[in-house]
Amino acid sequence: MPGTETKHKVRDVNVRMLRGGSGPPLLFLHGANGLPVWLPVFELLSKQFEVFVPEHPGFGTSDNPAWLRNIGDLAMYYLDFLDEFGPHEVHVVGQSLGGWAAAEAATRNCSRIKTLSLLGPAGIRIKGLPSGDNFIWSPEEAVRNLYHNQAIPDQILAMQPTDDQADILLTNRFATAKFGWEPRWYNPSLERWLHRITVPTLVMWGKEDKLFPSAYAARWGERIPGSRVEIVPECGHVPAVEKPEITAKEIIRLYAGTR
Amino acid sequence: MQFTFFHLMPYRPLNMAERHKHKAAWVVLPNTLYDPKKGADEYQSYIDQLVYAEKLGFDVIAVNEHHQTAYGIMPAPNLIAANLIARTTKAKIAIIGRALPLVNNPVNIAEEFAMLDNLSRGRIITGFVRGIGNEYHSTGINPHWSHERYQEAHDLIVQAWTKPGPTSFEGEHFNVRYVNIWPRPYQTPHPEIWIPSMGSSETVKWAAAPERKYPFLVTFSSRELVARYLNVYRDQAKQYGYEASPDQVGWASPVYVADTDERARKEAKEGIETLFNDFLAVPFQMLLPPGYMSLPSMKNTMRMRKALGAQKRLTMEELAESGTVVVGSPQTVRDQLARLRDETRAGKLITMLQFGTLSDELTKRNMEMFASEVMPHLRN
Repeated sequence: MPGTETKHKVRDVNVRMLRGGSGPPLLFLHGANGLPVWLPVFELLSKQFEVFVPEHPGFGTSDNPAWLRNIGDLAMYYLDFLDEFGPHEVHVVGQSLGGWAAAEAATRNCSRIKTLSLLGPAGIRIKGLPSGDNFIWSPEEAVRNLYHNQAIPDQILAMQPTDDQADILLTNRFATAKFGWEPRWYNPSLERWLHRITVPTLVMWGKEDKLFPSAYAARWGERIPGSRVEIVPECGHVPAVEKPEITAKEIIRLYAGTR
Repeated sequence: MQFTFFHLMPYRPLNMAERHKHKAAWVVLPNTLYDPKKGADEYQSYIDQLVYAEKLGFDVIAVNEHHQTAYGIMPAPNLIAANLIARTTKAKIAIIGRALPLVNNPVNIAEEFAMLDNLSRGRIITGFVRGIGNEYHSTGINPHWSHERYQEAHDLIVQAWTKPGPTSFEGEHFNVRYVNIWPRPYQTPHPEIWIPSMGSSETVKWAAAPERKYPFLVTFSSRELVARYLNVYRDQAKQYGYEASPDQVGWASPVYVADTDERARKEAKEGIETLFNDFLAVPFQMLLPPGYMSLPSMKNTMRMRKALGAQKRLTMEELAESGTVVVGSPQTVRDQLARLRDETRAGKLITMLQFGTLSDELTKRNMEMFASEVMPHLRN
């Protein structure tokens, strides 16, 4: 069953949000490319969870408040968002940029979070292992370099976006630059505080990730106490899209371990 | 009309076959393609040309700033300006411009310009720009804040020049407790500030504001666009309740003059085409990183590009046809420049008489022809 599109308001900010399914709440924080549609991975997760997928402030058609200036602001926004829920109630999943925001939020306050799943998150830097420069990639490279299975980019590139879709892509690119241009895709302080994430955590990484090398997964695993690292073979930067079954299965497994 | 001789200082010995193995002559072009001995010769030739321009009667000699590129080997234009101060006596020396958002302490720019203004006893003209999009890749500065950083840096520099120090500056990007520059500028209240621009409406509105009235210069644009943007500036001035003076508007263009149209086109062709296609051309995502333009301007630009389709190599003939470059006999060049001057009532012409791979010899001839056959006819 496809998710429904709603508006969601936290304090003075209205965002577009997809939601669907029933069960314990799961908050999915999308990556830099935004939130186009209800993805197969959401569908799989919605069999176990009530899935909430907000479009980040500054992205797509969500509000773009003037105070939103860095990843810390986005993290604080999501802590406000989570305040609507009870203690340790929400399963938080974050992809790439969304994973970064989720980790920033969780280092500040885990009190509403039940489990945390980080899928190829941005946010830390390992010297000598630079991220790919997605801002200089050509439009075609920017799609191809995200996936291992090139059938996916073939399909994406075959579609000509409408003017409205092109505008949304551009909006998302602007928002992404704000958070990730400099320092490039990391917060120098974040790694030091990852031990403050005290909820069951999954770190999942596509083995063939060309944006953030999969060697980053181990570092995240070391820094977050008790976390589990899963490297997904034959998978690029976006396991949620390229390997939706494995992604959903591992998130559900993490949840099962808490029951 | 006021005439400026402007130099980009391209690295002419560039191996173009090697250049085209890379995305651009910017950011990623390996600097092993730069030969210091040849480069040193380039600096010498170019500085000689700038000095010679004063002798030929140009009012202003001008340089500018670009980073990590063969397009212009002047990452620190103030160093060239200091050299020009020592070798000239009366021409104004314009640095148009410094890229304000790319620095982390704009007070340094205020200081350096003030030093140059003292060293030259008031012959300095400054230019404030944001840098080309490419330079946000090569410096790492976040293009998302380009406009904000520009505004703040501008305010901070003008404050440093005009408010008796020490003062303090409280911005989002720059926060300086002690603004108290030594030396202060030689000119009162401060050196002129010119605004070279590709014509963004935000910039026009800001530059024309009555408290600024900054001279606005349209660069690298067709005749039609130069006229349109300069008239937008004039209209904007009218909305502010005043008439823009000729000194407030101008344009910059490569110009080549020879005895006949045919000879001019033949001699200018390689230089013009290398300038636009080999040195300047860069992929879109390098040129316009997110935030460099406002979101509405960028949306329009993307739609225009989609309509235009794939980019081809530009020919000199096309560029001359659109008036982006002016190439021809003295009569042709006079007529074209006079027409645009009259249409826009522009009082400033920024000439690029060396461009692309144009040789020293042809540059010298071009400069002499322009100075003797064109300039006198266009002076008021």
